[in-house]
Amino acid sequence: MSFLKGLRCRECAREYPKEAIYVCEYCFGSLEAAYDYDGIKQVLTREKIEKGPKSLWRYRELLPIDGEPTAGFYSGFTPLVKADRLAREWGVRELYIKDDSVCHPTWSFKDRVVAVALSRARELGFDTVACASTGNLANSVSANAAWAGFKRYIFIPANLERAKIIGSLVYAPNLVAVSGNYDEVNRLCSEIASKYAWGFVNINLRAYYAEGSKTLGFEIAEQLGWRAPRHVVAPAASGSLITKIWKAFQEFEKLGILKEKLNTSIHCAQPEGCSPIADAIVSKSDTIRPVKPETIAKSLAIGNPADGYYAKDVVMQSGGFAAKATDDEIREGIKLLACTEGIFTETAGGVTVACAKKLIEQGRIPRDESLVLAITGNGLKTQEAIQNAVGEAVRIEPNLSSFEEAVMKRPGVKV
Amino acid sequence: MAVKVRIPTPLQKLAEGKGEVSVQASSIQDLLDTLEKNYPGMKERLCDSTGKVRRFVNIYLNEEDIRFLSKEETPLKDGDEVSIVPAIAGG
Repeated sequence: MSFLKGLRCRECAREYPKEAIYVCEYCFGSLEAAYDYDGIKQVLTREKIEKGPKSLWRYRELLPIDGEPTAGFYSGFTPLVKADRLAREWGVRELYIKDDSVCHPTWSFKDRVVAVALSRARELGFDTVACASTGNLANSVSANAAWAGFKRYIFIPANLERAKIIGSLVYAPNLVAVSGNYDEVNRLCSEIASKYAWGFVNINLRAYYAEGSKTLGFEIAEQLGWRAPRHVVAPAASGSLITKIWKAFQEFEKLGILKEKLNTSIHCAQPEGCSPIADAIVSKSDTIRPVKPETIAKSLAIGNPADGYYAKDVVMQSGGFAAKATDDEIREGIKLLACTEGIFTETAGGVTVACAKKLIEQGRIPRDESLVLAITGNGLKTQEAIQNAVGEAVRIEPNLSSFEEAVMKRPGVKV
Repeated sequence: MAVKVRIPTPLQKLAEGKGEVSVQASSIQDLLDTLEKNYPGMKERLCDSTGKVRRFVNIYLNEEDIRFLSKEETPLKDGDEVSIVPAIAGG
């Protein structure tokens, strides 16, 4: 049973069939999946979701496919960690980490969107899938397409972190490293997409792909006992994730699945070297000015964010705010999350932690209100960013006296 | 000034199905007006009611976003290549 009615322009609301199209022919607005919510309301209950698979497919009715899923059977349903140690450090009452650094199979929230995009790509008859990526999406499309048996073309900026390159190559895709930044890769890919009949997950499959991010919001609400938190801090690259977390909470409210009235503020976290959305929010500007990114948070280095306007609107409408983190603050954020909660996140997660800290200190997030941080990727992928900021191992000879000399007699060590 | 313009899929119907057209224009503004003259209906797709390029339309001159140049006033010269690209999602 499919509840996917079609696609609708987010700007002018014109309706389109549910095909591999992504932009309104009349106003160039992006298209979004439209559902039969009355039909969904008749079948979807908290109990039904709880009995579903322990993956993002437990929310199948609210995802844009017609038949049964064919990819990402183990993606999503990541831990919501009660972060009491970090909460104590910051002096806040109720803090959680939504930990997508352990999403299956490639350790970032992109496994959610790819599960949906590839299931839809199969339904639409594609045999080849492709993407433009800052790294995490590249890893996820490479892995999931290998498993699902698609031919795969992956386009990345040439200067990506080594682990993100190896983490794609191991799945034997056609990996194309473009001399240029992500925005240039994106432009090239949209020209390639109009020439080759491939399923580009973030171009012509975008309307389906983007919906996968909602599952992060659904899970947060379910794991909090069918309640949305008072605050969420999420990182922004294109801005899509922020809009979809918000959409998830709104859909749950509309369907009567939340136990309390929705009262959530979504806050935007960006690196200082690439902050077009945060700048527009902080300066209350109507326009989002594209920038040339320069930041260690390469997964957030999108200078011309496609969903920037929508993300800004969600943040303003929900009573949220935005903050920016410098490269040093990003490194400190990564180390703080590791040392308090034992979670090693990538640079984007460092941005989220650093920005949350600022928003708390500024009073934008009151210390007695519940807060969830969206930690979207794994630190093993961006080791270059912190390799000079975490010290070195103590080197010793393999004998007891060397150990005691070098380790136990250091100043401050008490036995 | 003869300029090569790459037309995105959603607009190709208006341009006789062509993915690329040649246009005489001295600036981006002039190019938008000339496209409208040659292919009626094109400009209202690309520009809002005040004549400004819509916020979801990206125009590139020789691979550089015109928002980093002089926007609609960006001058064109012979042999320039212009791409019109809808905004696409991040990754």
